[in-house]
Amino acid sequence: MKRGLIPLAIFLIVVGFLFKGLFLDPREVPSPLVGKPAPQFSLPRLDNPETKFSPKDMLGKVWLFNVWASWCGACRDEHPILVELSKAGFVPVIGMDYKDTRPEAQQWLDQGGNPYNVVAVDADGRVGIDYGVYGVPETYVIDKAGMIAYKQIGPVTYDALRDKIIPLVKRLQAQ
Amino acid sequence: MKLTRIVRLIVILCLLQSVSLWAQEAQPLQANAAVEVQVERLSTQLRCLVCQNQTIADSHAELAQDLKQEIREMAAKGMTDQAIIDYLVARYGDFVRYKPPFNPATSFLWLGPFGLLLAGGFGLFVMLRRRQKMSADVPLSADEARKVSELLK
Amino acid sequence: MIPEIGHFSLILALLVSLVLGSFPIIGAARGNTVWMGLAKPLAGVQFVLIAFAFLCLVYAFAFMDYSVLYVANNSNSKLPLQFRIAAVWGGHEGSLLLWALILSIWTVAVSLFSKRIPDDMRARILGVMGLISVGFLLFMLMVSNPFERLIPAALDGRDLNPLLQDPGMIFHPPMLYMGYVGFSVAFAFSIAALLGGQLDAAWARWSRPWTILAWIFLTVGIMAGSNWAYYELGWGGWWFWDAVENASFMPWLVGTALIHSLAVTEKRGSFKAWTVLLAICAFSLSLLGTFLVRSGVLTSVHAFATDPRRGIFILAFLVVVIGGSLLLFAWRASTVGRGGKFDVVSRESFLLANNVLLAVAALSVLLGTLYPLFLDALNLGKISVGPPYFDAVFAPLMAPAIFLMGVGPIARWKEAALPELAKRLRWAFGISIATAVILPLMLGNFTPMIGLGLFLAFWVFATTAELVYQRLGKSDLPLMGRIKANSRSWWGMVIAHLGIAVFVLGVTIVKGFESEIAVKMLPGDVAHLAGYDFTFDGVVDRKGPNYEASHGQIHVTKNGVLRTILEPEKRLYTVTNMPMTEAGISPHLIHDLYASLGEPLDGGAWSVRIYHKPMVEWVWFGCLMMAFGGFLALADKRYRLKKRAPSKEITSKAVKSSKKAKA
Repeated sequence: MKRGLIPLAIFLIVVGFLFKGLFLDPREVPSPLVGKPAPQFSLPRLDNPETKFSPKDMLGKVWLFNVWASWCGACRDEHPILVELSKAGFVPVIGMDYKDTRPEAQQWLDQGGNPYNVVAVDADGRVGIDYGVYGVPETYVIDKAGMIAYKQIGPVTYDALRDKIIPLVKRLQAQ
Repeated sequence: MKLTRIVRLIVILCLLQSVSLWAQEAQPLQANAAVEVQVERLSTQLRCLVCQNQTIADSHAELAQDLKQEIREMAAKGMTDQAIIDYLVARYGDFVRYKPPFNPATSFLWLGPFGLLLAGGFGLFVMLRRRQKMSADVPLSADEARKVSELLK
Repeated sequence: MIPEIGHFSLILALLVSLVLGSFPIIGAARGNTVWMGLAKPLAGVQFVLIAFAFLCLVYAFAFMDYSVLYVANNSNSKLPLQFRIAAVWGGHEGSLLLWALILSIWTVAVSLFSKRIPDDMRARILGVMGLISVGFLLFMLMVSNPFERLIPAALDGRDLNPLLQDPGMIFHPPMLYMGYVGFSVAFAFSIAALLGGQLDAAWARWSRPWTILAWIFLTVGIMAGSNWAYYELGWGGWWFWDAVENASFMPWLVGTALIHSLAVTEKRGSFKAWTVLLAICAFSLSLLGTFLVRSGVLTSVHAFATDPRRGIFILAFLVVVIGGSLLLFAWRASTVGRGGKFDVVSRESFLLANNVLLAVAALSVLLGTLYPLFLDALNLGKISVGPPYFDAVFAPLMAPAIFLMGVGPIARWKEAALPELAKRLRWAFGISIATAVILPLMLGNFTPMIGLGLFLAFWVFATTAELVYQRLGKSDLPLMGRIKANSRSWWGMVIAHLGIAVFVLGVTIVKGFESEIAVKMLPGDVAHLAGYDFTFDGVVDRKGPNYEASHGQIHVTKNGVLRTILEPEKRLYTVTNMPMTEAGISPHLIHDLYASLGEPLDGGAWSVRIYHKPMVEWVWFGCLMMAFGGFLALADKRYRLKKRAPSKEITSKAVKSSKKAKA
């Protein structure tokens, strides 16, 4: 009887993993950049193409870096939440317009409201690759020293704000 | 007479030549063939993060094309395969590697099958030997021998 | 109305299955013939009810009833009829109904073709299959109802995924399910044997044809899927070690081990416990595959839309069915008894080694498929396991098994001598090594993998030739007589093994010698590959029933002589706005020429990929040979049903004459 129980034992172990797996998302690719310095870049701004924006400009502050595009459906879902967050005013939100065109991006902001202090334009997606962006929208929490503290994959939801992002931002701001 | 014939022949030959000139050689999609070999090789080793079930070589997703372009530029600069893979892994993690790396966490993955094979082979051998010993013909007891000879009468 | 009737039919089927899954099994334990006798009619009623429900769903699709949510999600008015019907199993709920239908088909088939099986065993077998049906029907009725209404009805459907709008969709899933689900019969036979404590050569003889039949369907189903991917996806790949492909391949590997194990149990009475365990594992892997595709636990191109409730239900079902059967195995396997004795070197031991190799291969595929999940669940990071892993692990595991294929059939039962075997196989070995080295060098590329592949393929060719030559060469009969002197079962083995050699040869050559180019072509441009000239004739616009296409034409010449015309297409399906490539393929025995359109570029040019795939058709031809071999084994005379009559006659005559004598 004892040796005959081996197949059952192996099966139950596998079932344990499968059960845990039901609550994980296999499509989510976590970022290896968390805990590392935010990659440097210098991109033209949406409102004023002559001037540039760079993460160095935000050193000493905790900020959210939101990657979005006017062609992205899920961005539509998170946009009102970001607008509300920016009105609360307790953390600056910088946007990066990913692989988009200026007129459409501007129209989107005019229609939905502009939660961003600054919008940087990443026309060819290179900076996105540097940040490990593989889908839109994605949002990063960056601390005062310019290190990436957290990456939100997919739209920012109320739950994500309440449970993860806002507590983290408060903690980083207190440092 | 002869001269016009020769001229006609030459004109016809020239025309034939220009007709074959119209059939152009198809140009390769990318200019630099040597770089392209490296790009293709690397593309088959990296996973497309959008479709997630294809390499960036096979995927039609925009991100795949962007990544290929980035790889092309790195290859043109002379970066080695390993350097390019490290560059992408630094940004996307080990997930982007189609072939899983070999490290403590994946050691069971790589060594598992052969461990299983060894265990299976060993178990098989032990079982075969045990079976041989067990079913070795046991001599009949006196009682059984008597019964057998009665039955055979 | 019709969807409601279909729904009601499923509820009735569930009730019937509950009775089928309980009364006959209890009846068998108590010796209650009435209860045992319920099994056969109940199987028939269950089939009628589920088939009726299925037809109701087909009706809803055929007549475009968009008030049914499932139809609205998977169909469209512009979808041609044959694809509207195939769309019935294009999504999660409908494919479950197909599962249930096919299970009921197998159940009723077993009830009809099992006259020689003792009543109590038959009752248990049908009862177990009834219990499995209960699981699937309950699942459907609780969380995956295909007849759920959409109110208000949609004006039109969301269309079937364009990738599925293809004859392959009509053929591949039903074949595959016939295979997967067919292993439930072997499973039921095993559970019945464990419950009854009776497992002998007769049991193996009864269960073997059912297992072979299921295996044939699974082989054809997997082959169809691979071939479909090849011509549909547009880049010439035919196997990706995708999670769902693996989910169908693992039962196939274990099923192959099971067929071999059953052969030994039938002939020699050995391997009983092992056979039972393999049968349980084969079906368990089928069920696991069902779970993986529908739970969202793994990413796959085949995965259906997911819902955690579904995942939990299937997982619970898995625990009950697989856990229960493995528990029963652990408890009762010892009652099954030990078989005959055999040497360390004998045909039995070679077959046992073969089984171990196949089982390890299946477990390795399982390991690779689930490993990303393991690491993620343990918070050890996120990796992905792609084809490079599977190729690296699978080939070395299969190589010894294929090598054994040459040795096994020649070895004697019970006791074989290694020196004698070695002597007989000498020249086969020599030929294989020589071909493996010389052929690639002749063709221009030698690598160890190519060498290994060619060695194994030619090893099987040569040893099989030796085997057939020895078997046929000894008598005075004419050739047909000598062929007929060997059973169909034996010929089936020969052809199936040759099928594997053909498959290995195809895989080795295509992977070792395929080539491709990616070019930019204007009309009139010529590209060159593998000695052929490909001239682009341009693209015309074409309209299909539910798509718009750019239809390209490339004519292929060699030394100025026209060989074939390739017609690759780039389609845009209007409802889903999804682009699709249809490759232009010219299949031949020796090679395929394959072209696919990429993107339109400036100035009327197109990016085109052209592939030369030598011997790729042998990959699928090998699979067909395997299936044919299985079919021959099924057609073996020992499974003929007529045999019962004479023995009945003799017994009745004997009774009459003994009565006369007593009188």
